[in-house]
Amino acid sequence: MNARDSLIPESLLPHLDAIYERMALIRAFENRLQYEHDAGTLPGLVHLYTGQEAIAVGICWLLTEADWIGSTHRGHGHCIAKGCDINAMMAEIYGRATGLCGGKGGSMHIADLDRGMLGANGIVGATPPLALGAALSAKSRHTNQVSIAFTGDGGANQGTTFESLNMAVSFQLPCIFVFENNGFGQSTAAEHASTVSIAERSQGFGLPAVSVDGSDFFAVYEAAKTAIQRARSGGGPSVIEAHAKRFGGHHSADDQAYRDQNEVLETRKQADCLLKFRTSTVQIKGLADQLDQIDKRVVSQVEAAVTFAKQSPPPALSELTTDVYAPEAVQ
Amino acid sequence: MRTLSIQAALNEALRQEMRQDSRVILLGEDIAGGAGSDVDNDAMGGSFGVTRGLLTEFGADRVMDTPISESAFIGAAAGAALTGMRPVVELMFVDFMGVCFDQIFNQAAKFRYMFGGKSTLPLVIRTTIGAGLRSAAQHSQTLYPLFTAIAGLKCVAPSNAYDAKGLLISAMRDNNPVVFFEHKAIYDQTAEVPEHDYSVPLGKARLIRPGDDAVIITLSAMVRIAETAADQLQQQGIHCAVLDLRSLSPLDEQAILDQVRHCGRVVLVDEAPPRCGIAADVASLIVERAFEHLKAPVIKVTPPHTPVPFAPNLEDAYIPRPEQVIAAVQQII
Repeated sequence: MNARDSLIPESLLPHLDAIYERMALIRAFENRLQYEHDAGTLPGLVHLYTGQEAIAVGICWLLTEADWIGSTHRGHGHCIAKGCDINAMMAEIYGRATGLCGGKGGSMHIADLDRGMLGANGIVGATPPLALGAALSAKSRHTNQVSIAFTGDGGANQGTTFESLNMAVSFQLPCIFVFENNGFGQSTAAEHASTVSIAERSQGFGLPAVSVDGSDFFAVYEAAKTAIQRARSGGGPSVIEAHAKRFGGHHSADDQAYRDQNEVLETRKQADCLLKFRTSTVQIKGLADQLDQIDKRVVSQVEAAVTFAKQSPPPALSELTTDVYAPEAVQ
Repeated sequence: MRTLSIQAALNEALRQEMRQDSRVILLGEDIAGGAGSDVDNDAMGGSFGVTRGLLTEFGADRVMDTPISESAFIGAAAGAALTGMRPVVELMFVDFMGVCFDQIFNQAAKFRYMFGGKSTLPLVIRTTIGAGLRSAAQHSQTLYPLFTAIAGLKCVAPSNAYDAKGLLISAMRDNNPVVFFEHKAIYDQTAEVPEHDYSVPLGKARLIRPGDDAVIITLSAMVRIAETAADQLQQQGIHCAVLDLRSLSPLDEQAILDQVRHCGRVVLVDEAPPRCGIAADVASLIVERAFEHLKAPVIKVTPPHTPVPFAPNLEDAYIPRPEQVIAAVQQII
């Protein structure tokens, strides 16, 4: 593996364990969900983020709680990276009253507005316009908040995305479009769905766009840093295309019959962001032991979250008809 | 009291609320007009003149002409509403909902419920409805039933300038997404409109005239059709009540049922399609909740189940007319 240690920014040295912990927590969370799905304890399906952890954490590391992110159907990683409580997330995925949305949203609609998480979203390509609006809100209120639109190689082919890229440029909004190219839109290869790279296409809208290795935390972080600084200082929107092959299926019940199993195994071996992180930081004394400890710690944190979720009550039946409309009006 | 047209009343509502609340921003296609031109072109003031002069008073940071990208700017308005603003966005013709409906019905309408009540989304979507302007099938529809079917949206359709101003102020002060349907064919109709800001509550129908023999339940541009019919029936000694629904969601069920119980005979007049329209919806309410008070079948007067035609004679035949309403009432008296 390449020696990335020389590229580790000085400012991150005190935080390497925390960065790894955030990524490892996502991995443990998702692995446990696959296990629980297979064991039949979960309602419905979940779309797992395994393999893409470095993207969410790399992008969100420089964000504050005041900054906004909009997510996708594959949103657990974004939630954790933005600081959502994993107990409340797990309870939401189990449809329990203690969930972040009281059990009424589920995996595809986890939102935590207090932490700037505008929601996972079940509609591919729906997020760019919404994140654009959060950026418009920041500009209108003269804050220096930035807004991140997470979407994927699938969402990159939606008209909503093209409209949003164009309008972000014409309105010079502090919006960063992060395209997570995980190789597949459900079962359709990204290269089949479009033959021009997302970063190249984006440049046509007149905004800076870079393509990075999404399994390399430091590569994502550097791209994010540049884009966030530009947005905060009034320089307008940017695009980051981050490549990281999906480790698992489109959802937890997808056995990926359309995919060469050797390619899957090779991806897990060669493009594992946690292994790459370890390799990049191998020369930092004592860190490896810390990371080993973290690997154990996150598993028990997730264990506690699952216990919390399973022991939580379902929403009261009266919740069926609440929260459709906000009762209060201004004045 | 002075009189104002509907578009002037709407303009005044926007202006007064924008003066009071800096969080109110306007977005839409050509709402100021002339964006990017060297000529100061605020004179256009939107395709129907509703937003005229607002750019001059409030500036381009609050009155924004957008690209022709309804998904992006309506979605952006929803995103801005979710994060502290109170946007009023204009969908020039409701017929254009086809290119942006996801942002309205899957996003804006559902956030509060999906997020367990933790969000508010104070968004007004102003849009135009209605036939009669020789604009053919893609610029003339009355599509409010599609929005009314979606839980989480409020839907309003004023019939006159007084209600237009008061309902728009209520919509802008509401903490929910409100779709505000303005009928193109009645924009110029005038009524007495107070100069101060006042609100007309959402979800309240208005009894335009009382009557004992039958109630004509209607809304928007059809109110005038119903009143014309009621005038002529009056001369025949048939006294019809006319109820203007004003809001479709929430629906003033009590006002409807009160009139049905009082009159026992009902004609529903709606410019929306006959299938799954407001007339059909209100008819089902009446049959479920006031069947024992009915002295005759509930009659619907709606357009035929066709697209809106272009040829003037066909379009005139498409839109409900007073004589159809009169015939419907006479059929059940």
